[in-house]
Amino acid sequence: MMIDFELSPRIKGTKNMIHMFAESALRPIAREYDTNEHKKPQDLLKMVQKVMGGGISGAFGTEEKKKEGEEPKEKKRRETNLAGGVTVEEIFWGDAGLALSFPGPGLGGAAVQASGTPEQKEKFLARFAGEEPVWGAMAITEAEAGSDTANIRTTAVLDGDEYILNGEKIFVTSGKSALVESQGFVVVWATLDRKAGRAGIKPFVVEHGTPGMEVTKIEDKLGIRCSDTVSLAFMDCRVPKENLLGNPEVVDKSKTEGFKKVMATFDATRPLVAAMAIGVGSAALDLLKKTLAEEGVEIRYGISPCRMTALERDIMKMDADLKAARLLTWRALWMLDNGQRNDLQSSMAKAKAGSAVTWITQKAVEIMGPLGYSQDLLLEKWMRDSKINDIFEGTGQIQLLVTARRLLGFSREQLK
Amino acid sequence: MISFELSDEQKLVKDTVASFAADQIEPIMRESDDSENVRQDIISKGWGLGLLGGSIPEEYEGFGEEISALTGVIAIEELAWGDLSTALYLTAPAALALSVLDQGNEEQKKEILPAFTGEEYRPASCALVEPYFNFCPSALKAVAVRDGDEYVLNGKKCLVPLAQESESMIIFAATQPGMGFSSVDAFVVPAAGQGVTVSERERNMGIKALPTYQLELKDRRVPAASRLGGESGSDFLRLLSRSRLALAALAVGMSRRCVEYSRDYSIQRVAFGDPIASRQAIAFMVAEMAIEVDAARLLTWEAAWRCDKGMDFEKDAALAKNYAAEMAMMVCDRGVQIMGGHGYINENPVELWFRNARGFATFEGMVMV
Repeated sequence: MMIDFELSPRIKGTKNMIHMFAESALRPIAREYDTNEHKKPQDLLKMVQKVMGGGISGAFGTEEKKKEGEEPKEKKRRETNLAGGVTVEEIFWGDAGLALSFPGPGLGGAAVQASGTPEQKEKFLARFAGEEPVWGAMAITEAEAGSDTANIRTTAVLDGDEYILNGEKIFVTSGKSALVESQGFVVVWATLDRKAGRAGIKPFVVEHGTPGMEVTKIEDKLGIRCSDTVSLAFMDCRVPKENLLGNPEVVDKSKTEGFKKVMATFDATRPLVAAMAIGVGSAALDLLKKTLAEEGVEIRYGISPCRMTALERDIMKMDADLKAARLLTWRALWMLDNGQRNDLQSSMAKAKAGSAVTWITQKAVEIMGPLGYSQDLLLEKWMRDSKINDIFEGTGQIQLLVTARRLLGFSREQLK
Repeated sequence: MISFELSDEQKLVKDTVASFAADQIEPIMRESDDSENVRQDIISKGWGLGLLGGSIPEEYEGFGEEISALTGVIAIEELAWGDLSTALYLTAPAALALSVLDQGNEEQKKEILPAFTGEEYRPASCALVEPYFNFCPSALKAVAVRDGDEYVLNGKKCLVPLAQESESMIIFAATQPGMGFSSVDAFVVPAAGQGVTVSERERNMGIKALPTYQLELKDRRVPAASRLGGESGSDFLRLLSRSRLALAALAVGMSRRCVEYSRDYSIQRVAFGDPIASRQAIAFMVAEMAIEVDAARLLTWEAAWRCDKGMDFEKDAALAKNYAAEMAMMVCDRGVQIMGGHGYINENPVELWFRNARGFATFEGMVMV
């Protein structure tokens, strides 16, 4: 094997197909579902479910399941995660809000995939391959606990064959879609023993329609408006004992296996969020370059810095930043596909992509002036949409924290 | 199929050069900078690695085959990890030899290349940069005018490495001024001769161990046959772009060393009872430095890969070089910042990297892969 930057024919084919889909199916309705925030593109969602069989990315869900129990044949190089990243970039090039509203296992499915038993995977993931759109959601964040997950206050108490959940979660992506609009589920992180810290925090699958769970708020947001973000209240909400993912034991603080599993989920999802950012960034840059070309503005690559116009300098930086972010992202995904530890590279990729694309879209609006600021174009929307990538799945600062800890060899206690 | 894995050959090259850089170059970095000289025994040993001779085919008396640009940038990053001046000194002859190998006609290759395959280091140089604030490779002020069997060269050059030490060099000059990159031709000529004045050594902010000079060309007459590529000329933008790949890799290598040094310092240095790295203000700087080094390396690799694949790579090389130049300045500035006063004094190398780093904005054409 040697260094190669060419996508395999299979991924290239997928990429082209998805790009056409994004252009023809997403772009034309992107504005409509930004303006009408809580409206859902029902036809599109049904079509996506039909075509993709539940899951915008091959990284999660049912695909992996088939391999369960089989002896690994020859060590074949996988590119599932890379394919997922390339696909995500193209869909988000089309529209981030619509893309985030697509049915599929989502982060909830990823948690089941990461720490569920074969039975749990079968029980919870099979539904995504059906005819009707279904969503999986993940509920970690609370009013007092964002990335600081050890501070989770939602409680789970064992009572016979059931756990009883109490507490409130916020910022649950696709929570309404999963629990109200489909036969989906949400994976809720709750503590069995607050004194045990991280070791006491466990993921529970809560099915749609479970009594004691209620959608209490739907957020109005800066961007990605087509995607519903909700608050969930749990009031003596009973879930079967078998819905706990992973080990139910509250082990001592040094063995926080359950928690490491969530973190392992992030190793796969952070580069995907980076890919989302890159999709939006390249949409903005494509439009900007096209407009400049139509106006006869030439970007003189390769001239010396002292001769560049401010505009040229900006465009070249946008080009280079976007490409650098993409390469860092591909590296993180490639490592995952090849079974290498990639937590450092995942955080590096997301830190870079989040900040680069936030800047790129803001700069693009600035350069396009009144056209950029107007809602006649989608550019201003992309600027609002892209900001989320520097926030969810860990803010840019959290990524720097993870990156720094790994580089320095510091624990959480050594670098807070 | 996407892969970030070095080939076995690349791993071998990387390891070989890395251990040479760690054992031989890095320990004398400060000494070289202070004395404004590179120790010749180290240069001989570096030459002995056979990096250049090993990339010249046997038909020109070399003992290898044309090395890939990607392998080149991997090797050169390791050299610069050791010390930038030494890396530039060692690779200066390659700028001439590889230009000839890539763009020369058969006679030129046969005549020029064998000199670079011997056991002794053979200094040689390329003169591209000019001493004007608005210097740009696409608009050279040095001109070459055809006169019968000769070209007449006029103009000024600066940042010419080893101009005194070399027997031959490449001089870049515009044959069709106003035509951008395609106006530029390369002339492989003796370093000294009538119509050329070589200045005293330049005094630059950084890369002090590398002797560089200014040249003044006044009706310097050279045979028409010395034009690289002969009558059909050469692809200047391609040579420039390959040079940019090398410069980007040098910036990455030096900056990587600076990140490692700053990181280690921030772990050891205690303030207010804790290592300074335990504060986010410092730790985040280290994280961003490391991210940017990796970003610049990947841009460089991708551009070099495109070059090897025969794709257009000129734009990518320019982006990578500019990105790496900015990255190097940011990283080395923070290196000084993290060390505070200790970074500002000569007892630590970060001030040296800081001085070197700014050069990448200006350097062009001095090295090549």
